[in-house]
Amino acid sequence: MLRIPCPWCGERDEAEFRYRGDATLARPGADAGLAAFTAYTYERANPRGWHLEWWLHAGGCRRLLKVERHTLSHEIRWVGTPAESPAAAAGGRPA
Amino acid sequence: MAPHPDHTAGRAAGGRYSAWRLFLEGLRRHSGWTRAWAGATPRPRYRVVIVGGGGHGLATAYYLATTYGISDVAVVEKGPLGLGNVGRNTTIIRSNYFHPANIRFYEFSLKLWEGLEQALNFNAMVSQRGTLNLFHSEAQRDLFTRRANLMRLEGVDAVPVDRAGVKALVPLVELDNGRYPVLGGFLQPRGGTVRHDAVAWGYARGASAAGVDIIEHCEVTGIRREHGRVTGVETTHGAIGADLVCLAVAGHSSELGAMAELRLPIESHVLQAWVSEAVKPVIDVVMTYGAGHFYVSQSDKGGLVFGGGIDGYNSYGQRGTLPMAEEVTAAAMTLMPGLARLKVLRQWGGVMDMTMDGSPIISKTPVEGLVLNGGWCYGGFKAIPAGGMTTAHLIATGEPHPVAAHLALGRFAAGRTVDERGIGPQPYAH
Repeated sequence: MLRIPCPWCGERDEAEFRYRGDATLARPGADAGLAAFTAYTYERANPRGWHLEWWLHAGGCRRLLKVERHTLSHEIRWVGTPAESPAAAAGGRPA
Repeated sequence: MAPHPDHTAGRAAGGRYSAWRLFLEGLRRHSGWTRAWAGATPRPRYRVVIVGGGGHGLATAYYLATTYGISDVAVVEKGPLGLGNVGRNTTIIRSNYFHPANIRFYEFSLKLWEGLEQALNFNAMVSQRGTLNLFHSEAQRDLFTRRANLMRLEGVDAVPVDRAGVKALVPLVELDNGRYPVLGGFLQPRGGTVRHDAVAWGYARGASAAGVDIIEHCEVTGIRREHGRVTGVETTHGAIGADLVCLAVAGHSSELGAMAELRLPIESHVLQAWVSEAVKPVIDVVMTYGAGHFYVSQSDKGGLVFGGGIDGYNSYGQRGTLPMAEEVTAAAMTLMPGLARLKVLRQWGGVMDMTMDGSPIISKTPVEGLVLNGGWCYGGFKAIPAGGMTTAHLIATGEPHPVAAHLALGRFAAGRTVDERGIGPQPYAH
C-alpha cells in the first residue's frame, strides 16, 4: 500500500487516488508534425528507477498532483502541485 | 568453467522420452537420465542472438532451428531459465479475443499448443478443460455474444452457456449473489491450462537438441551498433557478435530498447497472482468473473490459481500491493462465497510490458538488425508458440508472418492500433 502525501489533504492511502501516467511529457505545438505527436502520444521512457507521474486524488480533493516515485522500491520522494516540479527535473539529482 | 563444454555429447545423451524408456530406467534405478538441455558458453559470434530465455525467446530459437533451418543461434538469459514471466503466470491458454486479427493470431497459437507435446517430445500437461467467461448484465451479454460470434466466424469454438449451464459446470458459483447476479457465460471448450515450467524446459530441450546454444546467467549490458546497424551484444560474459539481435524480454523491453536508444510504446506494470491451499477438485474449467477482477482455475495439485488486474501504476517490482489483493478476493467472495475459508498459500507478481493499445509487438525496429518480441501485456503465456513461430518467421525471412503482421511497431504512428478493449493510449487502464 502506497501512502501518498497530497499537498492539499495530507497523507492518504493509494486507494483514494487514480494513476494518470508519465508527468514529464510536454504536448508539442500544433504544427510540430506527426512524428512529434506520435512520440508524445505513444512513446515512454518507462524508467526502472525514479519516475515523475500524475496522480488524481479521485477519492479526496479531486485535484491532480505530481509524484516522484521509484518504480522498483515504490518509495515516494517528492509530491507537488501541477505547477511545481522537483529540483531533480532541472538539476539532475543522482538517481 | 571450461571454455567449451562438449555440446554435442550432452545433446546426444538426452534422447527421446517415452513410456518404454521410463520402464527401462526404472529397472536401472533411473541412472541413465541426463540433463534436458546442454550447458553452453558463448562463442564469439552467431547469426542470431536472442536476448531472454523465457517462453518467447526459447520458442523463437526452437522454431528458427527446426522450422526455418537456422541453428546458428544463441539464447542469452540473465538468470536461470524459466524464472521470469514464463514461470510467473497463471498458465491459461485460449483464443477468445474480439479483434479478428487477434483471434487469428491466438488461434494459431492454440493450434500449436494442441500439437506441442508431440512436437517437443515433452509432457507440458496441456489440458483443454475449457475457459468460461461469465456475464452479469444484458449489455455484457450482447458484447460477449458478439465476441463469440466473431470467434465462430473465424472458425474458433465458442458455445453460449445459460444460467443452469454455468451452475452445472461450476456448482460453487453463486448465481444470485445479490451484487452482480450471473446471467450466463460463453465457453471456449478448447481453452485450458498448460504447465508453464514445462513449456520453458520443453522448448529449451528442443532448441538445444537442434543446435541452439542456451547461455544462462549471462546478462546483456549493451547493444553494439555500427552505422545504425546492430553488430552484437555486450554481456557479463563479454561481447557476442551477431548479424541479428532479437529482444524477447517482456517486462523489461523498455530497458533493453534504451540500450539501442529506442523509446518504445510500453509501460511496465505489475500483475499479481495467488494460489490457495490444495483441495479436492472443485472447478474443472478456467472461469472469469465479468463484473470485476477475478479469474480462477484449479491446478492438478489441487490449489486454486487465481488472479485479477494490474496494480495500475508503473512498477518493476515483482510483487504486488494489497489494494488489488483486496479487490480480487472481494470479487472471489461475491462469485464463490464457498471459498471464504480457503487459505492463500502464495502470492507473487510479474512485470508486464503494457503497450499503448493492449496488444503485443512482433516487429522490426528503427535499428536495422534489431527485432522486438514484447509488449505482451498480461497475455504472453498463451501466445508463446505463435510468438515464437512468427518471430522466427520475421527473423528468417525478413517479412512479418501473415498472422502477426498487425502487430508491427509502425501501427502506432500509422493510427492502426489494435485496441482490444477500446481504451486508448493509457497502458495503466488496459
